[in-house]
Amino acid sequence: MDYSQFLAMKQEIGVLIVFLLVFLYDTFMPRKGQAVLPLVATVLFGCFTALCFVTPWPDTIDAFAGMYTSSTVIVAIKNILNVGVLIVLIQSMKWANSETTAIRRGEFYELLLVTLFGMYLMISARHFLLFVIGLETASLPLAAMVAFDKHRYESHEAAIKYILTAIFSSAIFMMGLSFVYGLTGSLYFTNIAAAIAAGGTVSGLLALALAFVISGIGFKLSLVPFHLWTADVYQGAPTSVTSYLSVISKGAAAFAFMVILTQVFGAVYAQAWEWMLYALIILTITVGNLFAIRQKNMKRFLAFSSVSQAGYIMLGIMADDAMGTAALMFYILVYVFSNLAAFGVIQAIENASGKVYMDSYKGLYKTNPRLSVAMMLAMFSLAGIPPFAGFFSKFFIFTSAISQGSIAIYVLVLIALINTIVSLYYYLLVVKAMFISDDECVIPTFRSAGSERLGLWITVAGILGLGLISCFYNYLLDITSVI
Amino acid sequence: MFSNILIYFVVIPVVMLGALALCRGMKAIRTVAVTGSLALLGLSIWVLCDYLEMRAAGIDSPMLFTGSWSWFAPLNINLAVGVDGISIAMLILSSVILLTGSFASWKINPLPKEFFLWLVLLSTGVFGFFISIDLFTMFMFYEVALIPMYLLIGVWGSGNKNYSAMKLTLMLMGGSAFLMLGLIGIYYHSAPEGAPLTWNILEIAQNSSIDKGWQYFLFPMTFVGFGVLGAMFPFHTWSPDGHASAPTAVSMLHAGVLMKLGGYGCFRVAIYLMPEAATELAWIFLILTGISVVYGAFSACVQTDLKYINAYSSVSHCGLVLFAILMLNTTAMTGAIMQMLSHGLMTALFFALIGMIYGRTHTRDITKMGGLMQIMPYLAVCYVIAGMASLGLPGLSGFVAEMTIFVGSFEHADMFHRVFTIVACCSIVITAVYILRVVGKLLFGPVYDDHHRTLTDAEWWERTSTIALIVCVAGIGCFPNFFVDLIKFTFSPEIFAVLGMK
Repeated sequence: MDYSQFLAMKQEIGVLIVFLLVFLYDTFMPRKGQAVLPLVATVLFGCFTALCFVTPWPDTIDAFAGMYTSSTVIVAIKNILNVGVLIVLIQSMKWANSETTAIRRGEFYELLLVTLFGMYLMISARHFLLFVIGLETASLPLAAMVAFDKHRYESHEAAIKYILTAIFSSAIFMMGLSFVYGLTGSLYFTNIAAAIAAGGTVSGLLALALAFVISGIGFKLSLVPFHLWTADVYQGAPTSVTSYLSVISKGAAAFAFMVILTQVFGAVYAQAWEWMLYALIILTITVGNLFAIRQKNMKRFLAFSSVSQAGYIMLGIMADDAMGTAALMFYILVYVFSNLAAFGVIQAIENASGKVYMDSYKGLYKTNPRLSVAMMLAMFSLAGIPPFAGFFSKFFIFTSAISQGSIAIYVLVLIALINTIVSLYYYLLVVKAMFISDDECVIPTFRSAGSERLGLWITVAGILGLGLISCFYNYLLDITSVI
Repeated sequence: MFSNILIYFVVIPVVMLGALALCRGMKAIRTVAVTGSLALLGLSIWVLCDYLEMRAAGIDSPMLFTGSWSWFAPLNINLAVGVDGISIAMLILSSVILLTGSFASWKINPLPKEFFLWLVLLSTGVFGFFISIDLFTMFMFYEVALIPMYLLIGVWGSGNKNYSAMKLTLMLMGGSAFLMLGLIGIYYHSAPEGAPLTWNILEIAQNSSIDKGWQYFLFPMTFVGFGVLGAMFPFHTWSPDGHASAPTAVSMLHAGVLMKLGGYGCFRVAIYLMPEAATELAWIFLILTGISVVYGAFSACVQTDLKYINAYSSVSHCGLVLFAILMLNTTAMTGAIMQMLSHGLMTALFFALIGMIYGRTHTRDITKMGGLMQIMPYLAVCYVIAGMASLGLPGLSGFVAEMTIFVGSFEHADMFHRVFTIVACCSIVITAVYILRVVGKLLFGPVYDDHHRTLTDAEWWERTSTIALIVCVAGIGCFPNFFVDLIKFTFSPEIFAVLGMK
């Protein structure tokens, strides 16, 4: 075996190095130095992220007989995730050093980096074996992270729900794979695609396999009707884990989902999965929105909001071309910033006062104006209000979906657009609570920790800049068009 | 990019936003607001003079001061600007109302800084919208102008403000959902097969490659999308609640300028780009706007809240704008633009006066007030002037606008148009009913409440604001030809020929 192949996996190796350094530090550092572990981990990861941006990457590179691949697009999506993870790490510094978490803080960083490694494999895999390894590496440690607040009952409940759904969905996914393997005799993406294309028609078994695969990943992405775990897990998990789960895990799964659908099952787009996805998108957006309206807990609220956001992300897959890929990646990028801004505010408030209910946010502008403005920008961006980044990502994803041109797709986009109005309603409820309500605020004025402020400044800068400055989207469209 | 004068219509408000954010104290805020809006007014007058000069020199491109800078190049999205007479008229209107609105909120309380920040953000959207000729940037500015309304009404409003703010925002955003679909649809049909697609209005009009089937789908989308903001029946219900709850300056800007975005968009996008569908589907929307005109006027007759009366009257008058646009001929469309200007100024004047009266009496219920002419003669006289403009007294702006519209609509010889023109004409009589009813009850007659006798008349900033608006209203009424000349180029027969209309 040619061991130089490992050099193709530079980003994976980078994450592993960071992981090992954090692990060594955690294990061998005497107790005195432990308090700076979050800082060390964040700085290390920051260096790694920066390095990924400056390294010149080859256009495409394959390794391990085509099981693994990397390209500029894949590097870009990994970079997007890296930035998200970096923000999550910055935001969670204070939490990691809090009284109840401090003793276990090392595990948080180690588990997080391992799941990130798994997601990298999912994104880069071109063979289902490697993909499943990545999927499991990304899922199982997450359950431990969800259960991190072991003194809290909800955290346990969430972890049990998460691990059971994760295993169940993996089982379904692999059931689908076994059908695929039976039909085509290979687990390589290219071979399967070729076999399906050669087959021409969609057999019943292939449709069933496809349905299994879609539902398996649908669980990870919390598409309706596979979303039932989402709200409980988001609510029960520590907020740092929730934010990680809602943006990074979802972003990686969305990209991997797109790769599988377009590259493996691309030949049967119109016959088989277009309509499945069509129905899933409508269901996901609508149900997610309708449930979000009723939520009182901010984390549950954002859980359902993220369910509906996943539906919008799927619109990029419907387009099935370079423009769709670019729009999907841009949507993930903007979603990372907007959602992390919202979670950053929630986390700062939770750390300072323990309040997570929307009622406690009433009159927040009077006591904590800056946090309120950050939250408002996050809500506007999630709702797609210009000139914030969310508007651009929504517009581009709709534009790319419509490029397909059929009336059905116009109807789909119209339904999605009408749903943005519903979503605007509940996002405005938060704005209303903070700015308009006359009630005395139960959250006293406080100064959030430096790390939390830094995290919020970065996300707010992203919300303001990512859309108006066109080079981000232009770059993404540039690199996706090449392939 | 910064060599194009039009860009400064966006730059100035953005600079104002920055300056306001740094402001400490009421004085600084007022200085920034007034200086900024004066600069905008000066700029629009400068553009007007330049424009007239260039037209006099015989330059006949449809838009002047055009410029285009690539933004999202792979999607052909540009930041494209350009103005014709209509846009310039709208720019002047907006800057006048922003200026007078700043004066009208001289003593805004609480949170003056935030108030002006949102107000200026709103006007950034408005100015950006009127200078854009690129569908994407146009739509972006359109939405920028809508969202500040939520907080402006919610925080500084009165009455049932939570409900009104939410209703207004959701309905307008609902309209823009249809609009967004329509615009994306237009983009994908903007050029013949093979040619690069474009968002630029002028290029789309030149290509005129949207085939008829798609026009039937896209025209209603865009027309309804903009029509919601133009208070078209049955999508007008946000307007009375929203205007009634909004603070004074916001009502002024919203009724005076923002509702014009609707009419302007209907013309510039829906009709200009899809003339064939417009000619054939106009009758549906004519019926709806006809209902707006009459129904709004009747509703105003039975209201007792001053702001509701004026809001329903706005529904009626803005309905007339869309009604005239749908007549699709030069005279009626000229009238529509005149009506936009006239209604914008006069309704701003109304809302300013209502705000001033409300600030003194703390009620807007006409059954609880009376004889204000004895107490605050200045404000009362201004109210009478505004009322006269609204019911179309010659010499003021309302008369020339409505006259032109009805002459234009009567040019259609068929039964359908004739009947609807006559029905719409009736609204003038109904307008007289509700205006005179208010004037009689509120201003004349015995003083209803003796506490009111202690109230004072207008302060200097209020006088500035009202006088400026009255001068403009009278200006349009006395010199309508100036404005007709300004906008006639856009409605010249040659351009209508291109659109395939009369």
